[in-house]
Amino acid sequence: MLAVPITAKTWGSLPPMLDTVTHAIAELGRKTIGGVERVGALTRFLGQILFSSGASFRRIGLTIREVYFSGVLSLIIILVSGFFVGMVLGMQGYETLQTYGSEEKLGVLVALSLVRELGPVVSALLFASRAGSAITAEIGLMKATEQLSAMEMMAVDPVSRVVAPRFWGGVISMPLLAAMFSAIGVFGAYIVGVVIIGIDNGAFWSQMQAAVDFRYDIVNGVIKSIIFGIAVSAIAVFEGFAAPPTAEGVSGATTRTVVSASLVILALDLVLTAFMLRGWR
Amino acid sequence: MPAANLVEIVDLSFGYDQRPVLSGINLTIPRGKVVSIMGGSGCGKTTLLRHIGGQLKPTRGHVSVDGHKVHEHDASGLYHMRRRMGMLFQFGALFTDMSVFDNVAFQMREHTDLPETMIADLVLMKLQAVGLRGTARLMPSELSGGMARRVALARAVALDPMLVMYDEPFAGLDPISLSVIGQLIRKLNDALGASSIVVTHDVQESLAIVDYAYFVAEGKIVFHGTPAQIRASSEPFVHQFVHGEIDGPVRFHVGGADYRKDLGFASAHA
Repeated sequence: MLAVPITAKTWGSLPPMLDTVTHAIAELGRKTIGGVERVGALTRFLGQILFSSGASFRRIGLTIREVYFSGVLSLIIILVSGFFVGMVLGMQGYETLQTYGSEEKLGVLVALSLVRELGPVVSALLFASRAGSAITAEIGLMKATEQLSAMEMMAVDPVSRVVAPRFWGGVISMPLLAAMFSAIGVFGAYIVGVVIIGIDNGAFWSQMQAAVDFRYDIVNGVIKSIIFGIAVSAIAVFEGFAAPPTAEGVSGATTRTVVSASLVILALDLVLTAFMLRGWR
Repeated sequence: MPAANLVEIVDLSFGYDQRPVLSGINLTIPRGKVVSIMGGSGCGKTTLLRHIGGQLKPTRGHVSVDGHKVHEHDASGLYHMRRRMGMLFQFGALFTDMSVFDNVAFQMREHTDLPETMIADLVLMKLQAVGLRGTARLMPSELSGGMARRVALARAVALDPMLVMYDEPFAGLDPISLSVIGQLIRKLNDALGASSIVVTHDVQESLAIVDYAYFVAEGKIVFHGTPAQIRASSEPFVHQFVHGEIDGPVRFHVGGADYRKDLGFASAHA
């Protein structure tokens, strides 16, 4: 027998099947409204961060410290991943290109894949799991241990002193990390393609130089990574700041940061790519 | 001439949603005195402190600090007022990403333009007052619970506040640290010429240092008086609280239906 208290009370005795359906619809509605409310709260919080960002730039040391924690400390995972991704791209690309007899295009293939797509997207995904989760956990724990309350009682605004520098630290780090990811990826492909397989060195670089456009490819890649940086950092600080002040609350918030930041990155990538390929018309 | 009472709370009521936490609280904190607010866990003591600091707004009544109603301040007025308050949180709430020195220096750096050399001198003086000058370079994770509480105390009085609030300063401390904190609260209050509010359920330790005490139960003030009056009181709640009796106005058993019925005996007798 199904026990669905709300619908049973509201509608009297509905057939059990209908009860389950109405319950599922109500649940869907509740989740949707909850999700929309969360997006609204995040947007307002982002506005509040921008409004309180004065101190992050007046006292640039605060922001530089966060660039160190989210950017410099993420370097190892970004560089190692970029190198491997580049080497795999080199192998796969060579395998496909040689069937058409155009192996010397390997440089172009690798550079465009990395600069336009893989650099910004993969480094943003790695950044969300490495730095985003750390930011959420740190702010969440500061809240749980009353450090944010203590700051408020000392007449210091936690959004301006704690949240905004971490947000800007992330926004500044992200495009730099994406650029390094792409650079080391190209180097990985060079090792595989030129050094190991033996593609012509000059062709590899000169074809790349001729085909990669600064405005169309590189600038668009940088724009993507800046937008991903804003999205990941905003989600990370918001989840930490809104986390329930318990162990369970902080762990849930950390998970949500990684999951929602990753999905948002992929969704934004689709939208941005569509606009960029159409030339923003 | 400033009013004789630094803090005046008049008919203060507050509730979360439909659940009342404080109802009709009246109390005063005279200048220069140490006053404790005592009561069991969850009776609304911390909520009361949050009203004085302006972190919560009352549903009825008001709190005034130094002649100004707290809930009427705008954000900048509130921050201005808080610069003259210090607060010690239950477990210290030290900033875990900063050293002991930086924790104590935090407010000086945020709110003053003092040169670093002067800040260094002031921080060392504050740490000397709590006996922890030697720990200036340590991180909070390297301190014991009692030491962390003392550092937090030094941080709370960093800007020589007019009012210091202590939220459960004795919770979870060993007997020695407990006496040390108690004595420090009294000495710092007298040395700074400040007023102090100690929210606690540690009766003996607080009665040893305070000038006056209020008892709160279920959001109301049930008794108030000097330590001598409290020790001599025959009021059932105060007597139970001061002597730590298991049963009294505060029941040992919480809620639940008839015990025999819960065990299934009731039906056998029916």
